[in-house]
Amino acid sequence: MKNEILRMENITKIYSNGITANKGVYFSICESEIHALVGENGAGKSTLMKILFGLEQPDDGEIYLNNSRISITSPSLAIKNGIGMVHQHFMLVPSLTVAENVVLGLEPRNKGFFDYKKAVAITEELAQKYNLFVDPNSIVEDLPVGMKQKIEILKALYRGAKILILDEPTAVLTPQETVELFNQLMHLKNSGHTIIFISHKLNEVKQISDRVTIMRNGRNVGVFNTSDVSENDISRLMVGRDVVFKLDKNIKKLGKTILNVKNLNYTSETGKKVLKNISFSVRGGEILGIAGVEGNGQRELVEIITGLRNYYEGEIVIDNIRINNLSIKEIRELGTSHIPEDRMVYGVAAQGTIEENIISDRFYKKELNHRILMNIKKVSDISKDLIKEYKIKCSSSKQKVSMLSGGNIQKVVVAREFSSNPKLLIADQPTRGIDIGATEFIHKKIIQLRDSGTAILLVSADLNEILEVSDSLIVMYGGEIVAYFDDTANVTEEELGMYMLGLKRQSHDEIGRVIYE
Amino acid sequence: MNNIFKIIFSTSFGYAILRVTTPILFSGLGAVISDKAGVINIALEGTMLTSALTGVIVSALTQSTFFGVIAAILSGIFVSLLLSYFSLNLKTDIVLTGIAINLLASGGTIFILYLVAHDKGISTSLNSKVIPNVTIPLLNKIPILGPILSGHNILTYLSWISVAIVYILLYKTPLGVRIRAVGENPEAAESVGINVNKIRYIALCISCILASFGGAYMSMGYVSWFSTNMTSGRGFIALAAEAMGKGNPVGTLLTSLLFGFAGALSNNLQSLRIPSEFVQMIPYLATIVGLVIYSIRKTNMLKYKKEVQNA
Ligand SMILES: Nc1ncnc2c1ncn2[C@@H]1O[C@H](COP(=O)(O)OP(=O)(O)OP(=O)(O)O)[C@@H](O)[C@H]1O
Ligand SMILES: [Mg+2]
Repeated sequence: MKNEILRMENITKIYSNGITANKGVYFSICESEIHALVGENGAGKSTLMKILFGLEQPDDGEIYLNNSRISITSPSLAIKNGIGMVHQHFMLVPSLTVAENVVLGLEPRNKGFFDYKKAVAITEELAQKYNLFVDPNSIVEDLPVGMKQKIEILKALYRGAKILILDEPTAVLTPQETVELFNQLMHLKNSGHTIIFISHKLNEVKQISDRVTIMRNGRNVGVFNTSDVSENDISRLMVGRDVVFKLDKNIKKLGKTILNVKNLNYTSETGKKVLKNISFSVRGGEILGIAGVEGNGQRELVEIITGLRNYYEGEIVIDNIRINNLSIKEIRELGTSHIPEDRMVYGVAAQGTIEENIISDRFYKKELNHRILMNIKKVSDISKDLIKEYKIKCSSSKQKVSMLSGGNIQKVVVAREFSSNPKLLIADQPTRGIDIGATEFIHKKIIQLRDSGTAILLVSADLNEILEVSDSLIVMYGGEIVAYFDDTANVTEEELGMYMLGLKRQSHDEIGRVIYE
Repeated sequence: MNNIFKIIFSTSFGYAILRVTTPILFSGLGAVISDKAGVINIALEGTMLTSALTGVIVSALTQSTFFGVIAAILSGIFVSLLLSYFSLNLKTDIVLTGIAINLLASGGTIFILYLVAHDKGISTSLNSKVIPNVTIPLLNKIPILGPILSGHNILTYLSWISVAIVYILLYKTPLGVRIRAVGENPEAAESVGINVNKIRYIALCISCILASFGGAYMSMGYVSWFSTNMTSGRGFIALAAEAMGKGNPVGTLLTSLLFGFAGALSNNLQSLRIPSEFVQMIPYLATIVGLVIYSIRKTNMLKYKKEVQNA
């Protein structure tokens, strides 16, 4: 065994609302290892890491760095001690450039002025050294998530981090980006860095980590050499029961066409053709998956169908109504639900309570109002039922959403969108950041909705999810539909990969089969 | 009508625009800095008023213009500390705190004026100093431009220089990068070890210093006395100028000039036979018209994009 570099002992954290997120946690990591930290949503992983990074103060417990006790009362102290963190929700300033973001807080100076050229040089040099290629001069808000993540890692490295905390880094990455990230992590490990890696994807944990610490209900329930435990062992320890990875699906009864997209073309603000001649339909009782590497037009497609984006060419019909000139609210009134890709931007109002977020799509409806006043009791009853049904971990239905753990925030979104009896559900990465138990639950819910006749469009960067859940699927590449499979059961991951990378494409007629009237 | 054009196309009108613009520009730049740091400084109006009075009293007591201006700035810093302490440390709402400070300044200056000058309206009984005007050699020889640009108050020139200073501060210094980061994503700034409150304290302080230059100019340059509520909403006009200038120092200069134009027009038209109430409305009307034009342009841009896309 290698040398222990850092140890947290007996850490207890009680948040001001009374939730005990960590109970006497012991956590230890060694030099140049990749140490996975796993546990269900709300198990206390992020909290433990926030304590290590000085963002939260523990109510009890000690931290030892190289066997000497340290106290970390602020992120700057953590940074001084060589600890860096890449947060579950990115901490970047969108309007600044990559180089400015990397050096923020520790800016190179030249006679008192900000030395931007030096900042660019520093970024380039770090990028070279650690194989994390980014363009130092691009503005961060225009970049894809994979790139943002690299910037976050560079930020930590620039500050001299030897211990790097990555909170669910792969939740937002495509399989290709994940492979790239893992190569970079191995590179970092070999250059003497220690990495703490939080993930809900146990295959990744198996693949990349040397050791794994499992948390449950705020406690450390075990530390193992990763090679000694199987995925099933880990999930049993996390959830306390076996998790079924296979879904059993009923035979479907197809209804009429609910969503019809005809010859959709879209050019982005920057003049790039993002969607080219997209046509497809989804019928009631059907789950159509959209596979594809992120950035091939899926996001724009979803935003257009849900009304978040305008000014496109072509026609979109939901339940026989043309929605081109309808507002988001009118589109929702047609029975459309939307689980957005980015929960913090479009999914929730983080400063609002769980209740407020749950009724945000229905607050004006008759059943929630007494004449001009809101029916407060009804609102809280609905919310409490959903909290129970979706096992949202919280202190009460009046808790602020920003105080929930990442996975529980996602559950709030899912609960709202599933409970409005949708005719059409657009689910964009519905299980991002959600633990395996809850993922299983959400998949079952999706299938249940399908069986009740809802048309479902499922977008996911997770191939397993697409292959397991959807009935039929299309593949998008370069803004086009390049393949259609009417039965997912006959598709292999390898085959899908060929289409996703643009190495293969089907004929026009084959793709045309995805259009019904 | 002819009279109006004669007024507008005279060099003295050009001179008047710049004269009227000065306090709005100072405060507008103050608004730029605080807004970039994500803290709205509603107290610009009260800050100007406080420093206008402080400048008059201290320059009268010390018989020194210099000490008058220094005291005006110190009073501005004091106001900024008050605002920061309540809103950043005690977490009161910054807009409400700003309004409270404005009300306090409005009443408080009258009270102190009465204590010092034994008058509730005007400070003429005090022998206060003024900040001198300067003639710029060579520039004053150029026809048309000379009489417009030369011979202004020192602070007017300082306000122009401040545009560049604020620009450099925001975009070329480490502090500027931090101010922008704090305003856009405070959590991100905090996670890299930036003390968010400290940056906001500094931003509000600079913001109030700029406003207090505007205040000192009002009572020691624009006119040579303090009168009650003499800033008459310039702090708010400055906020509008900043918003229309898109939070950009140069944009704020241009919109401040626009308001300067409206102000100068209203001053000059008072000599004609137009109801003075109507004339005094002009700067405020200009604010509204300006904001409307701004939003129409924004919508048009969106429409234009749509057409390009459908083509
Ligand atoms: N700022 C906060 N205030 C109050 N309670 C909080 C706060 N942050 C987290 N919690 C609560 O603490 C518990 C642990 O949350 P934490 O974010 O550590 O979970 P996690 O293991 O990271 O989960 P996930 O996998 O969903 O990200 C949760 O029940 C959560 O509601
Ligand atoms: Mg978490």
